[in-house]
Amino acid sequence: MSLRTPLSEVRGHGSAKDGTHHWWVQRLSGVALIPLTIWFVFSVACMVGSDASLAATVVGSEYVKFSTWAAEPFNATCLILLVATSFHHAQLGVQVVIEDYIHGALRTPLLVAIKLLAVAFAVGGILAVLKIAL
Amino acid sequence: MAEFSLPTNSKIREGQVWKANTGGKNIKEFRIYRWNEDSGETPQVDTYEVDLDECGPMVLDALIKIKNEVDPTLTFRRSCREGICGSCAMNIDGLNTLACTKYISEIKGKAKIYPLPHMNVVKDLVPDLKHAYAQLASVEPWIKTDTPAPPDGERLQSPEDRKKLDGLYECILCFSCTTSCPSYWWNGDRYLGPAVLLQAYRWIADSRDEYTGERLDALEDPFRLFRCHTIMNCSNTCPKGLNPAKAIAEIKKLMIERKV
Repeated sequence: MSLRTPLSEVRGHGSAKDGTHHWWVQRLSGVALIPLTIWFVFSVACMVGSDASLAATVVGSEYVKFSTWAAEPFNATCLILLVATSFHHAQLGVQVVIEDYIHGALRTPLLVAIKLLAVAFAVGGILAVLKIAL
Repeated sequence: MAEFSLPTNSKIREGQVWKANTGGKNIKEFRIYRWNEDSGETPQVDTYEVDLDECGPMVLDALIKIKNEVDPTLTFRRSCREGICGSCAMNIDGLNTLACTKYISEIKGKAKIYPLPHMNVVKDLVPDLKHAYAQLASVEPWIKTDTPAPPDGERLQSPEDRKKLDGLYECILCFSCTTSCPSYWWNGDRYLGPAVLLQAYRWIADSRDEYTGERLDALEDPFRLFRCHTIMNCSNTCPKGLNPAKAIAEIKKLMIERKV
């Protein structure tokens, strides 16, 4: 049983003087992902749609076609933006889920793990695009 | 981590049945949550039959009739019986509302009455609100100024500025909204909840107050304010028809405004 007053418990360690930035960036990245995702899905769908029956029979031709497309400076730029924004947005979102539902000793290690994983995946994705583009 | 079995006191037994012996035709069943710590038993749901022909129109009328005529041990808070004191907030027919302004006729079938969700229960329909009240005190819900009031009159406010308090000052602090919020259920120890945030905004929006910045500073926190995920249960349940979710959104907008 705690003998602290309810007001003392509520005030706790005080305000974190933080939180707006996280909330704002989550919204900004979400808005940025709308055009990026539509562009990506549309582009890939178009590639699959055109002469798919012929190309699919030739081993490797789909890869050549996609990597030629991805090597275009505009496409490579957008792909890197898509990868970076996606993982940034994802880790911001998962952070909120963990803060909401995980209580106790597991919370901090999970928060750290999700951030490191997001950075690792984002670097991997960006490197893959660069390797094709450069 | 996740708990897969309910806590002992979340398992609710079937309780007593109190028949109405009036011979009336207009009988309604009230299924009411009962728990008394002193009994050492888990909570139970008692069934009371009430003859609506001999009862007032509101749920609170039925509760008072049961307490007066059937079972004096039934415990609940009530005071004004006209929706202005906020004492009789409880979960009726699955929605947090005031027993005194909720018509019995609006409830289809059996009337299920529980205390406000996810708060510790003191007894029966009486929730322990001391943490929520302390959260209210923490936002200092009173005017704060450095400029002394004019010696010969009141602090003036234009009609336009006064209008900004409409939809905020009407809150009676029944905590129906706060206890309906899943985010408050999971993180109520740190998240202030819709009722308290609406009160905080009521003073942020007041043109006579001189501590807007300090008030925003105190709310600038991932838990105190930003646990609101716009679930909207608060605005859905408010028995006074207010919109706490909008007040919270306005606070978030001010946070961005002073930063960007």
